[in-house]
Amino acid sequence: MNSIEQNLLAEVADIHKVPEGAYNIRANGKLDSRNTTANIDIVTKEDKSGIDIIIAPGTKNESVHIPVIISQTGLSDLVYNDFFIGEDADVTIVAGCGIHNSGDKTSGHDGIHTFHLAKNSKVKYIEKHVGYGDGNGKNIMNPTTIVELDEGAYLEMETSQIRGIDSTNRITRAKVSDNATLVIHEKLMTHGEQFAGTEFSVDLDGVGSSANVVSRSVAKDNSKQKFLSAINGNNSCNGHTECDAIIMDNAKVTAIPELTANHIDAGLIHEAAIGKIAGEQLIKLMTLGLTEEEAEEQIVNGFLK
Amino acid sequence: MLELKNICYEVEEKKEILHDINLKIDDRFIAITGPNGGGKSTLAKIIAGIITPTSGQIILDGEDITGKSITERANAGISFAFQQPVRFKGLTVKDLLTLAAGKNTSVSEACQILSEVGLCARDYVNREVNASLSGGELKRIEIAMIIARGTKLSIFDEPEAGIDLWSFNSLIKVFEKMYEQNKGSILIISHQERILNIADKIVVIANGQVANEGKREEILPSLLAGTEYSTCDALKG
Repeated sequence: MNSIEQNLLAEVADIHKVPEGAYNIRANGKLDSRNTTANIDIVTKEDKSGIDIIIAPGTKNESVHIPVIISQTGLSDLVYNDFFIGEDADVTIVAGCGIHNSGDKTSGHDGIHTFHLAKNSKVKYIEKHVGYGDGNGKNIMNPTTIVELDEGAYLEMETSQIRGIDSTNRITRAKVSDNATLVIHEKLMTHGEQFAGTEFSVDLDGVGSSANVVSRSVAKDNSKQKFLSAINGNNSCNGHTECDAIIMDNAKVTAIPELTANHIDAGLIHEAAIGKIAGEQLIKLMTLGLTEEEAEEQIVNGFLK
Repeated sequence: MLELKNICYEVEEKKEILHDINLKIDDRFIAITGPNGGGKSTLAKIIAGIITPTSGQIILDGEDITGKSITERANAGISFAFQQPVRFKGLTVKDLLTLAAGKNTSVSEACQILSEVGLCARDYVNREVNASLSGGELKRIEIAMIIARGTKLSIFDEPEAGIDLWSFNSLIKVFEKMYEQNKGSILIISHQERILNIADKIVVIANGQVANEGKREEILPSLLAGTEYSTCDALKG
């Protein structure tokens, strides 16, 4: 692995050396390295590209890293990763994709991740997407995440896409059973001519099920963003979705909430706020000695922290 | 020393907010008071560079800073605590104190400053300065930022506005302590007798003009006695 690839790996998965625990590193469309543990198995799919990550029931305090890096221009990579989390397991999964495209062809990665969380299992899922490159080739990522939460399961997803991805369509669909909880924190920043579309669709099917879907984004230059968040309350449940966006320059942001209550005890809330950086925020930081540009940078960085 | 020379500020339709303000600010603790709408906050914003006067000059330590930006004035030694503190999603109390101090502030330094404004540091240092903080908490954080800067001129625009009486009573102690420790000048816009009571000098601004100024002993008794600076003629004694 060369230094560009190592830097990508460090950025998307915080991997600086050989990671501890289970991992599967995919580079330029091929397996680079893999490690499994007594409780975490990683198996290559036979019918299509991708892996199954199988976590034994009761596994506690273990982690899995499954980063993907692409440094070849013109490479389009499609993978199917299925996660099977056993009952009562409690694990952290770090995924992520970094593209360094220094050529003039489009490079892309479409990851389709499916999570099956068994009863009372708990997962923290961290996903980071970045792109670099000094050529004219575009970096494209279209991640799809499908989530099935069994009774009492808990999934917390932290996803971020802060720079360098020219086009993205992020789709997340979830089914939430009795007393299960889904928490999503998404951070997005687009610049230049980029487009980021993000679409959540959550079915709160179980008694006492809940979902909290929060997106924070910054759109700069001529970039465009579209946020669509649908929550269906099909039982006695609580759903909350929030889109909070800072718009700059000539950017465009669309937020579309779609709440459907199909049950008398469904409680659903949507909040959306889109606006430029408040003038008083800039002025406050300028009275502390920052220039307007420095103030703007601090506000944006803090917002996406 | 700050000097305001013939400061005028007009808005559209020729409405004059400030008219020919002349002031020298060289005392350690100056209180500006007067009726609402009299132009006090506008004057403070003119000093901080947030509003540009229509005419007149602002001189700081002999240098004309009238044309200087907010940032340049901040770096020249002017601090300004807003009447209504600003909230920031994502920025923590420590982040703001670090920006205010202009250098990386350790947790223990941040805690020290927070204790000075009566906040239990452990509970606040990593909190976001967002809508979850009450008006009183925000006021204290706003004041903490001014302390962290430690500049030669600190301006506070109605620190008592929007906070309950209980919180205000303890805030008074903060200003008393700041007066003892701060080596620069403190300029406070206030209506509160307890703040006026610790000022060296009191300036009364009414109808956009300096209606009266002088040592506290000279000005305070007449202020407490009546309604002579009311903007409403019917209320004037």
